[in-house]
Amino acid sequence: MLKIENINAFYGDLQALWGISFEVNEGELVALVGPNGAGKTTTLRVISGLLKPRAGNVRLDNRDLGKEDAHKIVELGISQVLEGGKVFTAMSVLENLELGAFVGRARKVRDETIKWVYHIFPRLEERKTQRAGTLSGGERQMLAIGRALMAKPKVLLLDEPSFGLAPILVEQMFEMITEINKQGVTVLLVEQNVRAALELTNRAYVIENGRIVGQGTGDDLLSFESIRSAYLGDCNA
Amino acid sequence: MLEALAQNLVYGILIGALYGLAAVGLSLVFGVTKFLNVSHGELLMLGGYASFWLFALWKVDPFISLPAAIIFLLVAGVVFYKLLFGRMVKLAEGDKIQNTLLVGFGLSLILQNLALQFWTADTRSITTAYSGAVFSFAGVRFPLVRVASLVIAFVLIVALQLFLRRTYTGKALRATVENWEAATLMGIDIQRVYLLSFVMGAALAGVAGALVAVGYSIEPAMGMSWTLKSLVVMVLGGLGSITGTFVGGIILGVTESATGFFLSLTYREVVGLVLFLLVLVFRPQGLFGVKEG
Ligand SMILES: Nc1ncnc2c1ncn2[C@@H]1O[C@H](COP(=O)(O)OP(=O)(O)OP(=O)(O)O)[C@@H](O)[C@H]1O
Ligand SMILES: [Mg+2]
Repeated sequence: MLKIENINAFYGDLQALWGISFEVNEGELVALVGPNGAGKTTTLRVISGLLKPRAGNVRLDNRDLGKEDAHKIVELGISQVLEGGKVFTAMSVLENLELGAFVGRARKVRDETIKWVYHIFPRLEERKTQRAGTLSGGERQMLAIGRALMAKPKVLLLDEPSFGLAPILVEQMFEMITEINKQGVTVLLVEQNVRAALELTNRAYVIENGRIVGQGTGDDLLSFESIRSAYLGDCNA
Repeated sequence: MLEALAQNLVYGILIGALYGLAAVGLSLVFGVTKFLNVSHGELLMLGGYASFWLFALWKVDPFISLPAAIIFLLVAGVVFYKLLFGRMVKLAEGDKIQNTLLVGFGLSLILQNLALQFWTADTRSITTAYSGAVFSFAGVRFPLVRVASLVIAFVLIVALQLFLRRTYTGKALRATVENWEAATLMGIDIQRVYLLSFVMGAALAGVAGALVAVGYSIEPAMGMSWTLKSLVVMVLGGLGSITGTFVGGIILGVTESATGFFLSLTYREVVGLVLFLLVLVFRPQGLFGVKEG
């Protein structure tokens, strides 16, 4: 469904991605894991069109997204949740969700989608009139994901949704993500919380220094020695 | 003495409403696009002359011709944006601020000199049959056209507020103010939002200019002072608060006239800048703004 081929991406003269290729099939929950500065966020920005690559292709259902503006890519069915969520703090929870359904196709079914989002995140319904700036970190993250779901995406890109959350919340967050995926949304999950991410996902890719250095099922990678020592702190494995 | 003071206060509020209107336009553009349009005062001047010439040539009542002034500035706004400012918005933040400042200065000089060439340096104002009309209350005089201008400014601010709060487009604008990347990821075409906010800012300047032409007077060189006043009010009111900015305008108007009354007219023009510095130092988020974070 989503296919990334040989992406080279730059910030100014600095190359951040070197020939990245991978694929996410319909209905899958795929993780992209790697250390700080590896290029995870950059990869998501390329997919969502916020950063145009200097070489390579991004395809959604075989359609080339290379020439499309970022706002058009949302319309075509890819929604990215930014690192830290970036909710509109001056607006209410409800207004944030309404903005999520900005694109025409989503706006038509807005009221139904809101019910669906409230079903996944009941906390958002309780807080709907509250200003998003007054939400807790976990609630903001839920709102950010809920807002992205309002666009009825085919593919949801999540950038470290567990970042900064207490361990108990991290677990809940991952359960919610699994639930969203079960409801038919294809998910590409970027995580530093490697163990949790690998336990959760069908497949995962490992990225380092802007290159894909490993791939496999979550279980495969969990037993991979280099991964264990590098990311899971199991030096004696 | 008391009556004279009250009279002064009223004049301050009346001119302040126009400062507020002009500043809301500047602030809207700044909030959305993150560039400071230093030719805002010249756009205001254009609105003033549009209204003036419609009246002088064809005897169109300046209040009736307000929509024409708005349309004129909307068109001018599109042209200036497409030709000049729109090219800068894709630049990195720092470059964008620098380049748009330069472009703004350039445009402001060009417009000022064109106005001087075509319309001479004469001070003009619109004198209608009702221009002298005044009603009095408790010994204080209320010039009719200026009161009408205040009402119009107020109505426009309320309408703008409703637009920003209630409509999808208005919400898209507010979303872009807060975070353009997050807004883009909602499917909002922020290039269009930038253009929209710029032309709306131009239109607000145009209305303010037309109201200045009928209640006060206009001249080709007026722009700089209006840009400065708008800037002072924008900082005073606090970014992102439309009502705060409008009230900030009235505060500046009242402060100016109080300074004229208690000190001397010489200090009237500087007091705004003093206020500007005080706010920047002691309350950088503005009188009505909320702290970030
Ligand atoms: N706006 C930018 N300008 C210049 N360089 C950048 C920019 N954003 C990221 N980089 C660089 O690109 C590389 C990849 O960054 P990226 O943000 O994609 O990493 P990441 O895997 O998301 O890391 P983290 O886990 O810390 O979020 C890093 O070396 C980073 O310094
Ligand atoms: Mg990142």
